[in-house]
Amino acid sequence: MSQHVLLIEDEPNIAEAIRFILTRDGWTVSHVTDGSAALDRVRSDRPDLVILDHMLPGMSGLEILAALRADPETKALPVMMLTARGRDREMAERAGADCFMSKPFSNAEILAEVRSMMGR
Amino acid sequence: MARKESPLFLARAPYRRRRLRDASRLLPILGIFFLLLPLLWTEESRLSLSAGDVIYFFSVWIFLIGAAAAFAPGLRSGQGPTGDED
Amino acid sequence: MPFKLLVVACLLYVAFLFAVAFIVERRAQAGRLGWLRSPLVYTLSLSIYSTAWTFYGAVGYAARSGLEFLTIYFGPTLVFVGWWWLLRKLVRIGRQYRVTSIADLISSRFGKSNTLGVIVTIIAVVATTPYIALQLQSVVLSFGVFASATPDGQAPLDAGQTAIWVAVGLAFFTILFGTRNLDAREQHHGIVTAIAVEAVVKLVALLAVGIFVVWGIAGGVGDVIARIDAADLSAWQVQPGRWAGLIFLSAAAVITLPRMFQVMVVENDDEGQLARASWAFPLYLMLMSLFIVPIAVVGLDQLPAGSNPDMFVLTLPLAEGQGGLAMLAFLGGFSSATSMVIVEAIALATMISNHVVIPLWLRLRPAAAADDLRSVVLMARRVAIAAVLALGYGYYQVSGGSAALAAIGLIAFLGVAQVLPALLGGLFWRGATRTGAILGLVTGFVVWAFTSFLPSFGPGAALSDAVFTQGLFGLAWLRPQALFGTDTMDPMIHALFWSMTLNVIAFCLGSLLTFPGPVERLQGAAFVNVFEGTVGPERWSKGQVDPEALLTMAQRILGEEAALSLFQTAARDQGKDSFLPDPTPAFLNQLEAQLSGTVGAATAHAMISQLVGRATVTVEDLMAVASESAQIMEYSAKLEAREAELTRTAGALREANEKLMQLSIQKDAFLSQISHELRTPMTSIRAFSEILTEGDLPPEMVVKYGRIIHEEAKRLTRLLDDLLDLSVLENGTVQLSLGLASLQQMLDTALIAARQTRPERSFIIHRDLPSEAIYLKTDADRLTQVFINLISNARKYCDASQPELRIAVRQRAGRVTVDFIDNGKGIPKDSQSLVFEKFARLTDANRAGGAGLGLAICREIMTNLGGSVAYLPGQGGAAFRVTVPLRLEKLAA
Repeated sequence: MSQHVLLIEDEPNIAEAIRFILTRDGWTVSHVTDGSAALDRVRSDRPDLVILDHMLPGMSGLEILAALRADPETKALPVMMLTARGRDREMAERAGADCFMSKPFSNAEILAEVRSMMGR
Repeated sequence: MARKESPLFLARAPYRRRRLRDASRLLPILGIFFLLLPLLWTEESRLSLSAGDVIYFFSVWIFLIGAAAAFAPGLRSGQGPTGDED
Repeated sequence: MPFKLLVVACLLYVAFLFAVAFIVERRAQAGRLGWLRSPLVYTLSLSIYSTAWTFYGAVGYAARSGLEFLTIYFGPTLVFVGWWWLLRKLVRIGRQYRVTSIADLISSRFGKSNTLGVIVTIIAVVATTPYIALQLQSVVLSFGVFASATPDGQAPLDAGQTAIWVAVGLAFFTILFGTRNLDAREQHHGIVTAIAVEAVVKLVALLAVGIFVVWGIAGGVGDVIARIDAADLSAWQVQPGRWAGLIFLSAAAVITLPRMFQVMVVENDDEGQLARASWAFPLYLMLMSLFIVPIAVVGLDQLPAGSNPDMFVLTLPLAEGQGGLAMLAFLGGFSSATSMVIVEAIALATMISNHVVIPLWLRLRPAAAADDLRSVVLMARRVAIAAVLALGYGYYQVSGGSAALAAIGLIAFLGVAQVLPALLGGLFWRGATRTGAILGLVTGFVVWAFTSFLPSFGPGAALSDAVFTQGLFGLAWLRPQALFGTDTMDPMIHALFWSMTLNVIAFCLGSLLTFPGPVERLQGAAFVNVFEGTVGPERWSKGQVDPEALLTMAQRILGEEAALSLFQTAARDQGKDSFLPDPTPAFLNQLEAQLSGTVGAATAHAMISQLVGRATVTVEDLMAVASESAQIMEYSAKLEAREAELTRTAGALREANEKLMQLSIQKDAFLSQISHELRTPMTSIRAFSEILTEGDLPPEMVVKYGRIIHEEAKRLTRLLDDLLDLSVLENGTVQLSLGLASLQQMLDTALIAARQTRPERSFIIHRDLPSEAIYLKTDADRLTQVFINLISNARKYCDASQPELRIAVRQRAGRVTVDFIDNGKGIPKDSQSLVFEKFARLTDANRAGGAGLGLAICREIMTNLGGSVAYLPGQGGAAFRVTVPLRLEKLAA
């Protein structure tokens, strides 16, 4: 059974690219653009991995991450953070992101990271 | 109430101006006196319409207007916030 | 004399006055009044004291009661020649506290009590209604004289119909010029000048008739003197009590008549005008009276017995075949009546709207902040003017126009004179209280109504016969013309004596026995010591109030432009660079004073209290102020001035400092933002180009991904363009291509171009095309770019379900302002000063393309175009004002 990735990203083109890359590699990808809707989707979809953009409308990536870590059910859920600003790395790691990628990234890089996080 | 400090003695020009104002304040009293005077001397305290009465009242009237015109320049000048009362 | 000619002459004359008023109003708006504010115009406007009662009635009065008519002019003469200090105090207070009427003055002095305002309004309306009826009657009578062309003055003409036409005409003229706009100080330069013109006409007319009578009919001065002495003396005798009493009464009335208060205090521009008026106004009255006796005597000699002496001024020239002179005299009388009615109606309408209608309106709809109070005020005034004239007409109909003119005039005088004790007490006695004033006014009014006003309708009309002969409730000491058994007095003097005595007693006792509230005490001190200027008006303690709410309220009353400029000036004085000053006590006072000028002190105070809460002074505050010695107060005044200066500097410094801090933060944020804005499109481009390089994609996917790469590359270019644009604009190295361009066309272009932003939203656009017909010398492309940005912003961010955008254009003093106002929820106050900064996108909710540079670019463009763009608070939605010079000249550099 293919594993499930939830992508939380508001730039449609970037989301399209990531979805293409991961789907081609055999992952099931679902996508949400709005920060405030993201938490509900995590609870309903129960993904194996979350890819989370830093700047989101409604609720920032860091806030979502904090909320995920505060909930016992999603405490251990692997989260990869994406950001377009250099200085966000520390904040993301402090908030409990397992992995951090800065834009622009190479396709191979992101694929490798996802694979390693899921132990494939 | 608090009053702005004002000098105890005044120079000649402001002094004259103040006395002019005093005079203008007395003018109505003088006017009332002259306008009521005929009541005192007319028989049975009754005024009538004789040419003499008419001329008398208009003379008093013209005198009051003339006096007021003479005092008026003193009223205009020096109208600062303190230029009042005393 | 053909009657039609008369009507035509009247209409021409009114049209002429109309033109005068209109031209002056235009000049006043342009700030070019010049000689129109001279003491001469002021003095002539005071002449509305002499109404048709003087013009026609004085001759009748002289024919019936001899010299007694002079008392009516002696009173004002005495007041003006010597009591300049009293009038000056009134005028100073009127100007300092923006008093709108005598009711407003009394209400404001006694703690801004609207109850008092209402009482004075009622007294004024009741007392002057007969007076207005009197003017209507005299115009009708004079029409009648011409219509019948017989010297007895009885007209076959339908008097009622004439009266209606005259009343309607006057109401129309008054409404047209008295309520054209709401002035901050309730002044009507146009009407005042028209009245000055009428003053000249009536003086010239009366002098001309007099000269004709003395040298044309009689044989010169000697003959007239002989005729006076030969005339029947027995009817012409006067009682000393009436003589003295009427002088007092007319002296009181000249101060308290609503129309006199209006021209003397409210319309006054300069205290210096009073000095000239102190002798010029008595001179005018003297000249008006000069020929009264000769006309009366000669009229009685020449005209058949039973002729109406009230109409001698007209009938004498007519009987001698002098049609032209009679026409002049008629216009003089017409002037006297119309000028009185117009000013009286304006004064009463102001009182009624400020003290009755607006307080009621605010009580009924306190929360209706959106409605425009100005239109309510204007409408209230218009209706009130019509109502006042309708009342006058009603009184004329009921009274049948029969009573001799003089009797009605005196009753009105006595009615308004009831305000005198409260007025003088308020100006000179700090111990006078609100309760005292109410008691005095009500007592005086009731006694006046019972002893003078109601009996004037005649026995059996308003009061029954029984009341006249046996007294109220059968109590003999309550007979209307013999209170307390004083049945030997002349009825007029009886009413004067009792109403004024009881009024003063009630006022003094009431004041002595009650304790004033804090606002009352402050107002009392401020009014009594107005020349010392040490005690300011009421001080608001620092209240917690949102300045934006204050602005919204001020706009309802003062109008958008005036309110904005008031707030902007105040903010600048506080060292702030925005439209919203801090609600300091000083600012609240200033605002209250401005509002008082339009709606009266009591209403203005109530409206601000509503927003600030009852944050006014307490008795303890007052005591603290009072206990300080004079020296400390002066010292502290100096300190205060210095402190104010310091506060202002500190405010400016603090603001500059905050701005610097924010700039530094912003610079960091700017770099980080640029990074983000550049990386986002790069991410897509890199990802898809890698995917395309790997090949083995279906052709439609290749096309799709290629297009994405193309779009994102364009987005990058646009961002770089914007950044470059901004940097060029900021360095001031931009090349402007100046030329003449139509503002309307620019807006058209901008609206079309902006339609591409969120094209799915349909906006309702409100424009006023005629106001946009302006040609600007500017860089049209750049200005259009600003318009596009602002309109696109509205399309993007306006969150109303039915979005609307209003574009308002105004031109003033070489500058043009274009306001863009939408109906969304606007921009929160703390963000208003940030929106023009780079990347200051307020929410991330709508990232429809822009990088948050739009407004920053707008601001730079406007700086380069010699104008500005600013956020306008308090417009009910997001609002931006673009200010641009009408003709931009190329800089020398």
